[in-house]
Amino acid sequence: MNKANDIPAPQTTPEEWRPLLVLAAQEVFEIMLGAKLESAPATAVATECTAMVGLAGQLCGLLTLRCGSRSAALMASRMLGVEPQQIDEQMWDAIGEIANMIAGNFKNKLTGMSESCMLSVPTVITGSDYNCRSMADTGPLEVTLLFEGAPLAIAVEVHT
Amino acid sequence: MKKVRALIIDDSSVMRKIVERSLRQAGLDLAEVQEASNGAEGLGALKTASVDLILCDINMPVMDGIEFLRQVQTLENGKNVPVVMITTEGSESHVVQALSIGARGYIRKPFTPEQVKQHVIPLVEGKK
Repeated sequence: MNKANDIPAPQTTPEEWRPLLVLAAQEVFEIMLGAKLESAPATAVATECTAMVGLAGQLCGLLTLRCGSRSAALMASRMLGVEPQQIDEQMWDAIGEIANMIAGNFKNKLTGMSESCMLSVPTVITGSDYNCRSMADTGPLEVTLLFEGAPLAIAVEVHT
Repeated sequence: MKKVRALIIDDSSVMRKIVERSLRQAGLDLAEVQEASNGAEGLGALKTASVDLILCDINMPVMDGIEFLRQVQTLENGKNVPVVMITTEGSESHVVQALSIGARGYIRKPFTPEQVKQHVIPLVEGKK
């Protein structure tokens, strides 16, 4: 992974983490899916699938990946090398793993966090009629990226 | 290259398929692939079959990869089988811990087929 962009974990706002979060996601999609994620302006994301990975230790909080079910199926098909029509419940597994890898890649880019931050196994929610209330005391850092033309959102919320 | 019997342990079925595909892309002639979704299932699989190579995630429910690694060393048909850990955990302490209790390799997710090849081929050819 790209270590040249490593920066120390900031003490103030996670806004400084934005480029690392984008890079972490882009690397995962490029390596595991052979797909490029493109930057996109903040926009509404059709949330039908939400993958969540908990962060514990010195960096404590939650990373979420939200996307539509078509995007989730496409991610799984790219990962497995099969047609999207052949994908069934594997798409939940796939976006959970993608969120897990983004979380791992992201925290490994924050100096010192690879040792002092642990990840939970991923959890995936389907549907959009829910509210997620984390215990984070900072606002979420959210990036919107385009995967095959469809927006997906990746957010990190942390306790300071 | 000889035919290889592999055991892939990961709680993600998608990741198990990706690891298997990466092994084939690395040029391994897989005679048989067994899958397990956690360390306990992996130990169970070894009670009924022998394998030549084990690829194991670390962060799994029920029994994690580190505990599997400890217990597989006690099995007659497991203690000499090379185990390669595949995980999102990137810390040096994880690597040191895994290698100190018997892992023969450590691959971080996300990984390329080339990385799998570099770690696995020398093991199955007995060069590492």
